[in-house]
Amino acid sequence: MSVKDYIRERFFPHMWCPGCGHGVVLNAMIRAVESLGMSKNEIVMVSGIGCSARISGYVDFHSMHTIHGRALAFATGIKMSRPELNVIVPMGDGDALAIGGNHFLHAARRNIEMTAIVMNNRIYGMTGGQFSPLSGYAAAASTAPYGNIDHGFDIAKLSEAAGATFVARTTTYHVHELTRLIRDAILHEGFSVLEVLTQCPTYFGRYNRAGDAPEMMETYKNRTVAVGSEKKHQDPDLIERGVFVKKELPEYCREYEKVIEKNQQKQT
Amino acid sequence: MQGNVKFIQGNEVCVEAALYAGLEFFAGYPITPSTEIAETMSARLPQIGGRFLQMEDEIASICAIIGASLTGRKAMTATSGPGFSLMQEALGYAVMTEIPCVIVDVQRGGPSTGLPTHVGQGDFNQARYGTHGDHAIVALTASNHQDMFAITVEAFNIAEAFRTPVILLFDEVTGHMREKVVIPERGEIALVERLRTSVESGVDYHPYLPREDGRLPMSDFGGVHRYNVTGLYHDMWGFPSDDPKIVYGLIRHLMDKIGNYAENMTFFRQDHIEDAHTVLVSYGAAARSARHLVENRRKRGERLGLLELQTLWPFPGDVVRKVCKNADYIVVVELNTGQVIREVKLAVDRPERVYLANRIDGQLISPTDIQNILRLLHGKGV
Repeated sequence: MSVKDYIRERFFPHMWCPGCGHGVVLNAMIRAVESLGMSKNEIVMVSGIGCSARISGYVDFHSMHTIHGRALAFATGIKMSRPELNVIVPMGDGDALAIGGNHFLHAARRNIEMTAIVMNNRIYGMTGGQFSPLSGYAAAASTAPYGNIDHGFDIAKLSEAAGATFVARTTTYHVHELTRLIRDAILHEGFSVLEVLTQCPTYFGRYNRAGDAPEMMETYKNRTVAVGSEKKHQDPDLIERGVFVKKELPEYCREYEKVIEKNQQKQT
Repeated sequence: MQGNVKFIQGNEVCVEAALYAGLEFFAGYPITPSTEIAETMSARLPQIGGRFLQMEDEIASICAIIGASLTGRKAMTATSGPGFSLMQEALGYAVMTEIPCVIVDVQRGGPSTGLPTHVGQGDFNQARYGTHGDHAIVALTASNHQDMFAITVEAFNIAEAFRTPVILLFDEVTGHMREKVVIPERGEIALVERLRTSVESGVDYHPYLPREDGRLPMSDFGGVHRYNVTGLYHDMWGFPSDDPKIVYGLIRHLMDKIGNYAENMTFFRQDHIEDAHTVLVSYGAAARSARHLVENRRKRGERLGLLELQTLWPFPGDVVRKVCKNADYIVVVELNTGQVIREVKLAVDRPERVYLANRIDGQLISPTDIQNILRLLHGKGV
């Protein structure tokens, strides 16, 4: 199948701004699914609210566009009910880690098998450029006209501490790596988090004089390094890309199946 | 038959009834006075191959049951006032996306943390108006365990038949009280199963195209039909739309699918109404005291009657008006500062006949409390 077979043309043109990185994530996601040879019927995509959340409508999977921050909670109900489904949860940085922060922590802690893709553009795009928990100290935003005094999260460290058993990061510049990591995240048997740095030239770029979309992607190229690279020691401000965590731990739905098996037997 | 007689808490009755109705999925968060529902579910559901989830909060709990219900399982959550407040946004999502589910609110004293271990009936208006935007909602209640069983089963039936969230507004007294209940045999109470589409795999399925009778056949999410679900206004495909015609059509559909069938979901009990010159209108725990008083005063020949409401929303105004038609006095008995009384006044002719007998101190109103109000109304001293 081609990429076109995975999208709902009726939904297009999409509502993302010119230069937005989210389309790159959509493209990579479809290529990842295609390379896995998965049927469209096996995949459920659950999203919340925001620019990133609209991705679920564009794909021809089972798609549920829910409420702000709660996508992982809806997804948990779906996955527990039908563990055979592959659940992908694309979220924005505010969606996943501000309003949805609690659900994010607990989904990771449960190690329930699903793929959380955090499309991190460091800003609330849909509402017009307010600072997010990923904007970082001193960033400019429409609600931080004098510079942001909030510190940002490190999504990878946070995910690892919360119990996610697959944690990775990449950017929209590194498209082949992005496709590969989405594939690895989907294949992982447990809660997987993939942070994707994705440019918002309209708001973050403009407010922070980060340039247009190509310039922002150049920055992803120049200011990131593969995890474990020597360069990081010389320049600690570089952002690492790659897989940070990959481990095997009991998966939630399988554990619950054991509870059912054991206690249903007791009844007979 | 004897094995079906149980002496249990109301919260446990609610669990037994939900399982009788075909519940397969429960998600919840501990909160007094509803916690026993989650505890009992955690033990019972795996035994029948169902699933129990303790989520990180009440928001996650209602979201999880909505997700599970969409995949084809009857689903429920249970909470009390503070948790019910947290659930309001997702409740609206279930209304908009027309996903069946049952939400139990075992009411305690409010506002805020209020009185966690004491009774209240202050969530009547929240059940109707708690989530933002125009919408229709169904809320039911009961005053004793046998009715609680039947009403809980009805809640699932209505949720499935009308693709709507249904709220069970119980209270601390009925939830924690122990009394006898006879668990009905299979088939004694009819069950409504989900209407599933007959559209075959590979053929276009319109998830939001109502049939002529207003019902929308469902397709288990994750199954053979791929479709979109959104809390945005949407067309028959489930795709977002702000086309005025589609927006108008959807909000009318959401209002009318409940409003036009209100009679089908109106449950109540009436005792000694025929010749009553005073009618007590009550519901839930408060109705227990109202009934006690009516039974006692009838023995003395006093013309007292009781209308016990089991359907709270859509408010059964027609029933109230008819039942109270000939009464000189209508006394609403409830455990709040006066919520149902407003609806009763709107429903009846000559609303100046309507009076309130209430308690707002965390205590169950007693028959004597009600009798004291009646004595004042009848011009006698207390």
